[in-house]
Amino acid sequence: MSTRIEVAEKILSANDKLADTVRQKFDTAGVFAINIMASPGAGKTTFIIKLLETLRGRLRMGVIEGDLASSIDADKAAAAGLPAVQINTGGECHLDAVMVDGALHRLSLENLDLVIIENVGNLVCPINFKIGSHLNLLIASIPEGDDKPYKYPGAYRGVDALVISKIDLLPYVPFNMDYFQKGVEILNPDLETFHLSAKTGEGMDICADWLVNKVNFWKSNL
Amino acid sequence: MHELAVTQSILNIALENARKVDAKQITGINLLVGQMASLVDDSVQFYWDILSEGTIALGAKLNFKRIPTQMRCFDCSHIFSPSPDTFDCPACKSIRVQVIQGDEMRVDSIDVE
Repeated sequence: MSTRIEVAEKILSANDKLADTVRQKFDTAGVFAINIMASPGAGKTTFIIKLLETLRGRLRMGVIEGDLASSIDADKAAAAGLPAVQINTGGECHLDAVMVDGALHRLSLENLDLVIIENVGNLVCPINFKIGSHLNLLIASIPEGDDKPYKYPGAYRGVDALVISKIDLLPYVPFNMDYFQKGVEILNPDLETFHLSAKTGEGMDICADWLVNKVNFWKSNL
Repeated sequence: MHELAVTQSILNIALENARKVDAKQITGINLLVGQMASLVDDSVQFYWDILSEGTIALGAKLNFKRIPTQMRCFDCSHIFSPSPDTFDCPACKSIRVQVIQGDEMRVDSIDVE
């Protein structure tokens, strides 16, 4: 005879708890952490490196790169002068709190104001796994198409800021901005949104200024 | 393919709750999964059969209760399930709508002996 036991627990609650611990470690070090998510090829690494150039002298930035394999992204970031740590997930489609926790000691947090965590390129899984960040940012690039909010609603719902990147390609690819933004508006009404091109630099200043204010405000409330 | 990590978490939760009541065997896991949660039932079952080996959860039946996506219109309060390519309110065409369910991923209960 079987008995039913009420559990009512979120499936990923263990990861959520560890993510809280990771966030406390960032808090203690006075480091603001951003989780950057996007599909593969959206331009995450290019955006991060451009952001470093734009923020130079204003915020001390480090980066944690998540990929299934290779250290290409960490090498690129290191070549640009960023303290960089590579996490290879070995096949997992996302970073989780365990992986980020294990990477923290490889960065000198005491010398940083901001850590950018570049998640695995994927619009499905990463959003479900908290990693201890203070801000979740999604990059949507123009060539991906204007239907992505409708196809990947979870990713758009779960973030605090949106970067619409590669806007220099708008004249060359079909992309209905109104249709795209309507989908975003429905899923995440007051989402902070930036239009920019990391390649030409257009719009990077506005995004960087917003970020500096965000980090400084956060630090003043610690 | 985050089903491996998800399945491991489900197993951990089930085993912990079974231990609390000194259960001999876990016979069923009842899951609540929203349509927006992007979880593949067959894939979870596949990993379950591998991961649960050697535990009291081996052979447990995984029951997935799918929760449909529902939205509520801010303007006319109509509650509806969105169509795949648009989220507009079908009653008044407003786009000021809110997701009220559909992204759940919970272990609701377990059946034990």
